Amino acid sequence: MTTATASGNGFRRFARSIHIPPVYYILILIFLVGGLLDQIFADGQIFKNPAIMLNIVVRSVALGIVAVGQTLVITGASIDLSVAYTISITAVMSSYVMQGKDVNVPQAILVVFLIGAAIGLVNGLIITKLHINPFICTLGTSLILSGIINATFSDYTGKVPQSFQFFGYGTLGPVPVSILILLLIVLGGWFLLARTKFGSHLYGVGGNPEVARLSGVRTDRVLIIAHIICSMTAVLAGLFLVSQMGSGAPWVGPNGVYDLNSIATTVIGGTALSGGKGGMWGTLGGVLIFGILDTVFNQLGVNPYLKTVLQGAIIVVAVASYTLRSKKEAA
Amino acid sequence: MTTSTLTPQTGSSNILGSIWAWIKKIPPVYPVFLIIFITLGILNHSKYQTLPGIMTFLRTAAPMAVIAIGEMMVIALGGFDLSVGAIVTFVVLVSSKLLANDPANAFPDIMIVLGFGVIIGLVNGLVVSYLKVPSFIATLGMMLVVRGGALGYVGGAPQGYLTDNWTAFGRSYIEKVPLFGRVPYALIVLIVFTIIAYFLFHRTHYGKQVLAIGDNVRASQLSGVRVKLVRVITFIICSVFAIIGGIMIGGVGGVNMTVGTGVEMQAIAACVVGGILLGGGKGNVFNAIFGAFTLQAIINLLNLMGLPKPYTDAVQGLLIIGAVAYAGITSMRKR
Repeated sequence: MTTATASGNGFRRFARSIHIPPVYYILILIFLVGGLLDQIFADGQIFKNPAIMLNIVVRSVALGIVAVGQTLVITGASIDLSVAYTISITAVMSSYVMQGKDVNVPQAILVVFLIGAAIGLVNGLIITKLHINPFICTLGTSLILSGIINATFSDYTGKVPQSFQFFGYGTLGPVPVSILILLLIVLGGWFLLARTKFGSHLYGVGGNPEVARLSGVRTDRVLIIAHIICSMTAVLAGLFLVSQMGSGAPWVGPNGVYDLNSIATTVIGGTALSGGKGGMWGTLGGVLIFGILDTVFNQLGVNPYLKTVLQGAIIVVAVASYTLRSKKEAA
Repeated sequence: MTTSTLTPQTGSSNILGSIWAWIKKIPPVYPVFLIIFITLGILNHSKYQTLPGIMTFLRTAAPMAVIAIGEMMVIALGGFDLSVGAIVTFVVLVSSKLLANDPANAFPDIMIVLGFGVIIGLVNGLVVSYLKVPSFIATLGMMLVVRGGALGYVGGAPQGYLTDNWTAFGRSYIEKVPLFGRVPYALIVLIVFTIIAYFLFHRTHYGKQVLAIGDNVRASQLSGVRVKLVRVITFIICSVFAIIGGIMIGGVGGVNMTVGTGVEMQAIAACVVGGILLGGGKGNVFNAIFGAFTLQAIINLLNLMGLPKPYTDAVQGLLIIGAVAYAGITSMRKR
């Protein structure tokens, strides 16, 4: 009896010492259940075929990149609803500037990153200097961006050169480049959040902005930087998507529901919407859950409407699995 | 001596001052709405300065106003309801199948969708209260469930048309009303639900408790407010109002797969333009209604100026930010 609890405690202490976010237990559960269902009702590819594992990750790359930025702003108790249209603008602008020519690639990348930085800067400035609720601010900028992009482009625009598609489809040995990029971005995000002064300040701003300010953190600047980085990750996701599609279309971002999905994955990953709590690896787990669900549903041939219903239910259940024990009332 | 000569003066300035204070207390949404509406009247006299024209405007603005009232209550509680857009889609799609092109089915259909509204709100409220999932995520999940369920039920395409007696709530008028000419049903529905919401929110303990919870959950809990019950009731009210709004929107727009897209954001925007701050603790039924009216008037104004839809979105975005910035700056000055 005592040994059992002791070993249980030991396991817990071990798990805590290597900081496995609880989302990974859900991830493994969903993977096992999905794989089993696949064995019983379909051809059992999920357990047999390692390529499908890679595919799960490749499917999650764009969402994963945005979710890294979203995690940063949510940690700072902010939110960004404008990422979907930032993705669209990037996709369209980059393929418009490239026009299928290699020489135009650097300037296209420069242009879209400047646009992204500007969007993030504006978001951050409005939120911090005008004291506007981030939800409303980024909803507003999202509407503005959607207006601009739908007024100027209505269909596939421009073309990316063949070489640029390496970003989306290339492989280094057996590993797709896209996965490496995702890992790099997540690592970068983790480093920023967990290993730099900026990260600690961001936690402080998210947890209690007044305390952070009184202890000498330039809260506004921290939040503005977080928003700029968030928009930059959206730009990167847009570049990745356009390299896969070959040409940019204005509906890329909203059709992928990158705004709400990135928020959902971040929260599933254990980052609190109220800020000040969370981490990058949890978000990666949340993103992989979305990827696995997508793959499992495809394998089982679930009809698309049921898929939507199940996705909604699983988001709520996943988040409920840790909020359930909290003593604080949700809002 | 000096005081006696001064008193009448201060008295008169007090009256002026109190009038000025009263004017200053009027939320900015009312003058803003008035200015936009008068501009509309100047640009198109026959459509916006005649009684039938105003009635037509109220008919188009009423559905969003009803939805905004429900959303306002959830916002006052400190939460969000992102599922109202999916509820509108649900009402229209499910009704297109349930009606089976027979006017006799209209009443049972409305009862059934209202029942679903209660269930949706109940689940939202229970998930937020008992599973402690933030309402943003809970209602986001519900949005997917409701939309997927509705699309799955009709098989991905509308299954018929909406009968005339069903669409009457959004589309038709009562003819030959003395004094007013023709009055849209939508306006009557709006008035009825405004009265209900007004009594619930401004005249009962329930309304005060909603505001208390939005202001400080812990404090209201300690002072004996049944937080969970109030939450569940509020989410049910919001969903039911969204169902009513959906019936009216369906009446105007007809069967359409994308009918509810973005409605949740518009409802939140309407509340915000009406001066209701996100985060809870503040709310007013009439401000929410006029927030919705103002948004509709802005859309009409931009249409009248011949701007295509994308620009309308962009200007709407700018105005939302502007409205909140204005409210923020004035409230800061008070402090």
